[in-house]
Amino acid sequence: MLRYALKRLGLGIIIVSVAMMMLFAMVYVIPGDPASVALGPRATQEMVESLRARMGLDQPIWIQFARFYMSAFRGDLGTEVLSGRPVLTVVLEQLPFTLTLIAGAISWSVLLGIPLGCIAAVKRGGFVDRVIGVLSVAVIAVPSFVIAIYSLLIFAVALQWLPAIGAGEPGNVISQLRHLILPSLAVGLGWVGYIARIVRASMLETLEASHIRTARAFGLTDRRITYSYALRIAVLPTITLLGVGIGHMLSSSVFAEIVFARPGIGKLVYEAISVRNYPIVTGAVLVTTVFFVVVNVIADIVIGALDPRVRASFD
Amino acid sequence: MTVLDIRDLSVDFATESGALQALRKVSMSVPENRIVGVVGESGCGKSTLINAILGLLADNGEVTSGEILFEGTHDLTTLAGTAMRDLRGQKIATVFQDPMGALNPVLSVGRQMRDIQYRSNLSRREKDARSIEMLRKVRIPDAEQRLVQFPHEFSGGMKQRIAIAMALMMEPSLLIADEPTTALDATLEVTIIELLKELQQQIGCSVLFISHHLGVIAELCDEMIVMYAGEVVESGTTRDVFHNARHPYTRKLLACDPARLTHRARRLPTIPGTLPDLRNRPEGCVFQARCELADATCSRMPPDEEIAPGHLARCWHTEASVMIGAGA
Repeated sequence: MLRYALKRLGLGIIIVSVAMMMLFAMVYVIPGDPASVALGPRATQEMVESLRARMGLDQPIWIQFARFYMSAFRGDLGTEVLSGRPVLTVVLEQLPFTLTLIAGAISWSVLLGIPLGCIAAVKRGGFVDRVIGVLSVAVIAVPSFVIAIYSLLIFAVALQWLPAIGAGEPGNVISQLRHLILPSLAVGLGWVGYIARIVRASMLETLEASHIRTARAFGLTDRRITYSYALRIAVLPTITLLGVGIGHMLSSSVFAEIVFARPGIGKLVYEAISVRNYPIVTGAVLVTTVFFVVVNVIADIVIGALDPRVRASFD
Repeated sequence: MTVLDIRDLSVDFATESGALQALRKVSMSVPENRIVGVVGESGCGKSTLINAILGLLADNGEVTSGEILFEGTHDLTTLAGTAMRDLRGQKIATVFQDPMGALNPVLSVGRQMRDIQYRSNLSRREKDARSIEMLRKVRIPDAEQRLVQFPHEFSGGMKQRIAIAMALMMEPSLLIADEPTTALDATLEVTIIELLKELQQQIGCSVLFISHHLGVIAELCDEMIVMYAGEVVESGTTRDVFHNARHPYTRKLLACDPARLTHRARRLPTIPGTLPDLRNRPEGCVFQARCELADATCSRMPPDEEIAPGHLARCWHTEASVMIGAGA
């Protein structure tokens, strides 16, 4: 198990390095000089030159690249040009808001999607199965920003059940949770549908397996067979799907954060892009990439813990 | 006493192109402490028979007539879900064909063996001790250490032995063995057969042994039935059926057994023709289309002709059939 985990971790580090390389290249080829954009049209040539030197933009590309790697490795993602604050601090300030948003979205999708998928599989072909099927496809098809806007209009504006904007008072968990419900639903609702579909399909496949027949022949209860013997196998694809889906959730959290005026990485990146604040963009994207990779390493390790065959294939 | 007594059992499956009669008026019995073999080619209804006994017919399957009496009292065709489940694993245990897939791949062997003892009041430790005892009985070395291992860490033969250990753990009165050796190679087959026989005598249970391997049936079984297209065409003691088969199908089946060939053949013998379409069963004898003795009488349902006490053949021509396969 340890060997398996270490292998997954090593793979994760390689992925982050490659992502960093692409990130660097992407920023480098974007047209427009960040220094002159930052200083505005009335800046003198000397001011631009001096800022370029401060940002390291006057160095040859390979030195810029090496510096980027070295400092990122030390946890130094540069300083934000205007305020002078370290980029990492700015990004990490926003990260918890996005993390809770995504954790909320995952909770919705797992807590609703897995039971719905199980019920649909157990009642396959019946009325309940069909209703769940139609609803799943419907929520998959609706873009998350549409759900964000409509849930805002219905639950916050019309019914006034839940707060419309912000992330809640600092330190007040109840208020923060109430502020989390609508944005996380907007990000996670489509995933409820996805997971219900995937769980239903893999559950049906698993229930056909001969070891399930063995379990029945030994008189185990239907409940135990479905929720312990079959579900343990049927959730495995869901974990992989969620690991990959984190990337998708991160991009829909941009919309959710803007619509609900929530702080978070998405909003930070959105605002940084509009003013070409590149250090923030690269910093935020890098932190997000590391987060994405870490989540996937965790997903792989969880699968390894649940499925001994996966562990064995790595030994 | 008869452990299992099946009378006139018919099972239909609803399909898109009409009802498929998988079993027609199947009668057979498994006496106490005996091993009864069921032989027949693929698609003859062996698996349907097992599933009907276990109450595990697919959703589209239905018992249309007959009864399955277990230990003389319970009719398994009418038993409610929970009552049926209480018999499964406890009184009727099953070893399935495919040892590779028969165990849950993500749960340890020990956990699965513990789970099937869920009805007993033993502590967790006592249940594990019982599992270890059973694993030793089926000669799994280092049983204690292996309890924490997962199915993929065992070989096919070992998995089948674990399946047997699990099946016999509750000391059932009936063990159903559904081609338990088909997926194993020949040497393993012999050990598994010997193990089964030994444990059967130890526990004193009856066995319903399904196989299409005639040699295994001859070796292991006291009595046997021959199935064709969902019907029992011949039944009797293994000795009677092997030495004095009277149904044309049985005779041809025996003639096809490669083990019986006395000289090297360029082509293995076969039975010409194919199984009839079970959605449109022929009137009368089910084997008539492939039978060289078939005549006008065969379009009526043949009786279960008694050849000797306990030896039945469902055929109009039990006298003439002795000629079939004689020259092979």
